[in-house]
Amino acid sequence: MAPYGSDDSTTEDEADDRGSRRQKAARYVVPVAVVGVAAATIGLVPAFAGSGDPDLPDVSAQQLIEKIAASDVQQLSGTVKISTDLGLPNLGGLESSLGGAASGGRDGSGSSADPSSKLMELASGTHTLRVASDGEDKQKLSLLDKAAEYSVIHNGDEVWAYDSASNEAYHMKDASDASSDSAEKGTKGRSQDVPATPKELAEEALKASDDTTSVTVDGTARIAGRDAYKLLIKPKQSGSTVGAISVAVDAKTGLPLKFTLTPASGGAAVIDAGFTKVDFSRPAASTFDFSPPKGAKVTEGDELESDGPAGKGDARKGHVGKGDKARPGSGEDLGKEFQGLNVIGEGWSSIARFDTGGEGLPSESSGGGDAGRFLDSLGDQVSGKFGSGTVFSTRLVNALITDDGKVYAGAVTKDALVKAANAAK
Amino acid sequence: MSRAEAAEPSAAQAAPERAAAGRTPSPLWTLGLLGNELRTTLRRWRTIALLGVLAAVPVLVGIAVKIETSDGSSAGGGGGEGPAFIAQITNNGLFLVFTALAATLPFFLPMAVGVIAGDAIAGEANAGTLRYLLVAPAGRTRLLITKYATTLAFCVIATLVVATSALVVGALLFPLGELTTISGTRISFGEGLGRALLIALIVAASLIGVAALGLFVSTLTNSGIAAMATTVGLLITVQILDQIPQLHAIQPYIFSHYWLSFADLMRDPVYWDDLIRNLELQALYAAVFGAAAWARFTAKDITA
Repeated sequence: MAPYGSDDSTTEDEADDRGSRRQKAARYVVPVAVVGVAAATIGLVPAFAGSGDPDLPDVSAQQLIEKIAASDVQQLSGTVKISTDLGLPNLGGLESSLGGAASGGRDGSGSSADPSSKLMELASGTHTLRVASDGEDKQKLSLLDKAAEYSVIHNGDEVWAYDSASNEAYHMKDASDASSDSAEKGTKGRSQDVPATPKELAEEALKASDDTTSVTVDGTARIAGRDAYKLLIKPKQSGSTVGAISVAVDAKTGLPLKFTLTPASGGAAVIDAGFTKVDFSRPAASTFDFSPPKGAKVTEGDELESDGPAGKGDARKGHVGKGDKARPGSGEDLGKEFQGLNVIGEGWSSIARFDTGGEGLPSESSGGGDAGRFLDSLGDQVSGKFGSGTVFSTRLVNALITDDGKVYAGAVTKDALVKAANAAK
Repeated sequence: MSRAEAAEPSAAQAAPERAAAGRTPSPLWTLGLLGNELRTTLRRWRTIALLGVLAAVPVLVGIAVKIETSDGSSAGGGGGEGPAFIAQITNNGLFLVFTALAATLPFFLPMAVGVIAGDAIAGEANAGTLRYLLVAPAGRTRLLITKYATTLAFCVIATLVVATSALVVGALLFPLGELTTISGTRISFGEGLGRALLIALIVAASLIGVAALGLFVSTLTNSGIAAMATTVGLLITVQILDQIPQLHAIQPYIFSHYWLSFADLMRDPVYWDDLIRNLELQALYAAVFGAAAWARFTAKDITA
């Protein structure tokens, strides 16, 4: 323990002084080295981890799709990470107030445990979900929030949703004894209703697999510690904003493990959903047991229906009022709410056209004032044979709202929308 | 330095056993030094005041929730606002432990740790006692390690003070019993207590980074006040940086970024990813700033 020698030296000449100074400075090499090692570890470990694609026997795209279709995974638990980057304009607080409106208002009769109010949250950013499934009757999906969790639990004929942040629960009987429309959906199985799982997303993508689409096997990957094939789905048509969809399929079980949608415009994936951890053993039975904790506010499914009758004119409200509302619906459901929906074209470049029956959106030119100016700032003005309108674009879906109240929307480019509007005129 | 170490004991506030230890101190001697440090630190009025403030937070939260919910409404406005877990307190007093830790972890706890850590070396230098401490055959490295260990012990003590106070207040004001995890499953009260203790230890471990940072700052200056102010200032700055969305690229490396991950222990099954990331990050901060503090302190001219 002699940190430096200058104390012991009897003659303090300059050379000695410089020496001890160098020795002092040398000590700082230690913290710098620690930082360097840490930085190298952070930088290099993912690079090494990603380099070893597994060596699997070749399969054709057909075989791989069959494998997915034949997949019969009943029991699994795992962690799913979903990153969504739709390129929606950043509305800040407006987004959450819209979400609040969708649930019928928090101070009103609505419940923050109402599943539809959680839909908006998944539309942007990165989210971690946990899924667990044990056969047809027991499923659980949890959305992990900061210091809170939102769970949807299906066990037998009971469906519970529980929001731990507000300690509110939402309860309904399984839809199988409700209207025929819901019953049909109920028999399809719970996993169908959770678009978050890779399986659901893959099935949606493969449905569109006809003449308009090229499907190839694109090598292998390692997802959540499992060997997987990568299925690459690309639209053959032009005009679509979808660049490619990549589905990683577990080589053993045929379960889709990862789903990535990249836009035609390039850049980061629009939707990137995949397991980060997956386990095919039976989850603990207690996972699916739920009884509302003492003091939790419980909203019954039927209660909400009477409070939020469908057809109020508000598309979101209408969606809440639907019979099958315990399920996080997909965008399709939303579209079905509108009257007079037409689909123009087919495959990837199909465009949904509907008539809102209204006057269209207020714009600055039509005297909408501030609201018009605000909407104008979000969209682009376009005009053509159809008249004029506003195009709202995201990285995936574009929508044209004409001044006479017609709406054209689809995963197509702006030009394709204008073309469709012109043709319809 | 070596001459100073070998010198005869002088009237310092170091351990009384030091004379017997001689040139090469035994491990027991180090423990004696640590015990002495701890006693000195915990007997200071400012330390007692800090712990008192920390103990008061759960009392305030508990009474506020009790008053707010006395008319049957739910705490936190029912919309999930307020500190984590606040909505569940009325159903189970044990949740007050989690709420109190969530409320104190962003500021009160690290501030208290910053005060203790910032004072560790600079405070001695300020009071003119550092040179006497070094006259005892402790060695600078050993003294620094002892100071750091004292700070870490304070992290644990401070966290346990908050947790115990919250548990007592929670038990007095609210019912106890089986509790619901945030995943919606149920665990027994005993397991809940176990998880509460684990959470308290994780919260204490979350403060390792601040403690190392404070110790390093403390070796830079001879003014105890300056070291404390710098540490607390850094703490506030870092918390602000962690809130700016444009800085998301660096945020995973900010020591406070994963602090609230202790709530993941209340999931069922426990979600370990962020917890482990938090502990790794704290270890990294301890290594970097601990080494920097060592480099600075062992090469420093002690003038006070």
